[in-house]
Amino acid sequence: MRELALNILDIAENSLAAGAKLVTLSLWADFASDTMRIRIDDDGCGMDEETLQKVTDPFTTSRKTRSVGMGLPLFKYSAESTGGCFSISSEKGKGTSVCAEYRIGHIDRMPLGDLGGVVLQMIAMNPQTDFLVTVECDGKKGVLDTREIKEILGEIPLDMPEVRAFLKDYIRENLVSIYGGRL
Amino acid sequence: MKSLEELKALREKMRSQIDNRSVAGADETVIKVGMATCGIAAGARPVLDALLDEADKRQLHSVSISQTGCIGLCRLEPIVEVFKDGQKYTYVLMTPEKARRMIAEHVVNGNPVQEFLIGEN
Repeated sequence: MRELALNILDIAENSLAAGAKLVTLSLWADFASDTMRIRIDDDGCGMDEETLQKVTDPFTTSRKTRSVGMGLPLFKYSAESTGGCFSISSEKGKGTSVCAEYRIGHIDRMPLGDLGGVVLQMIAMNPQTDFLVTVECDGKKGVLDTREIKEILGEIPLDMPEVRAFLKDYIRENLVSIYGGRL
Repeated sequence: MKSLEELKALREKMRSQIDNRSVAGADETVIKVGMATCGIAAGARPVLDALLDEADKRQLHSVSISQTGCIGLCRLEPIVEVFKDGQKYTYVLMTPEKARRMIAEHVVNGNPVQEFLIGEN
């Protein structure tokens, strides 16, 4: 992985696999304290205490094709290698929360990358799931709530090319512009 | 700045178009891109973007593009599966450029790009 945005996509895929109805992604950054936090919460199936203990071990996975699962270990590593921290909590039947904190200026911090593209891909490719995305940076805040968007669109699907084009601009102007290439 | 008000206007415009598009159906092509950790790390996202962009440019309404989990051959990612004419074609080690060529030659013109298919690697 070369971009944190790709880690976010990967972790969000776990939430979708867990059958989440609502996935909440929040990015929070504060340059004064050199801190950035990425948090993903879902209301999917969650996991039990035993699985939770093992989940950041790369040799634990829920998939059947092979016995290696690198998603969470890579995300954890991306945060801890910058002097930040990582936490995951989960409750069976309730959902899972993953949070990673970074030192923005640390030399080992990966660039955030194309977060806008990742958000667009998540929401347009998974119309059955709702997403609440918030970006906060130095006191400015931007929000995208697919529940709001679906209410306006009615029967028109999110993956129509015209809607995608709208969402792409909307994401750029309302979410990405908040941190504006500085992450 | 884009606002949700603009989205309302867009909806009114789209309503009249939507009926024309749902006619396609039968001869639909389904394209799936592997989007698990292995696929993402190998560059599946730019491949997916290229596919969507190309399908949009060419106005391919009978093509459905979606993502899937780990297909099971991580060393050949990014993998793109194409379901067309009742057959499955597995494209491996894809790049955005290969994806665009695959759309043009296979999806549009009906000739699978043999050298990108899994059997050829």
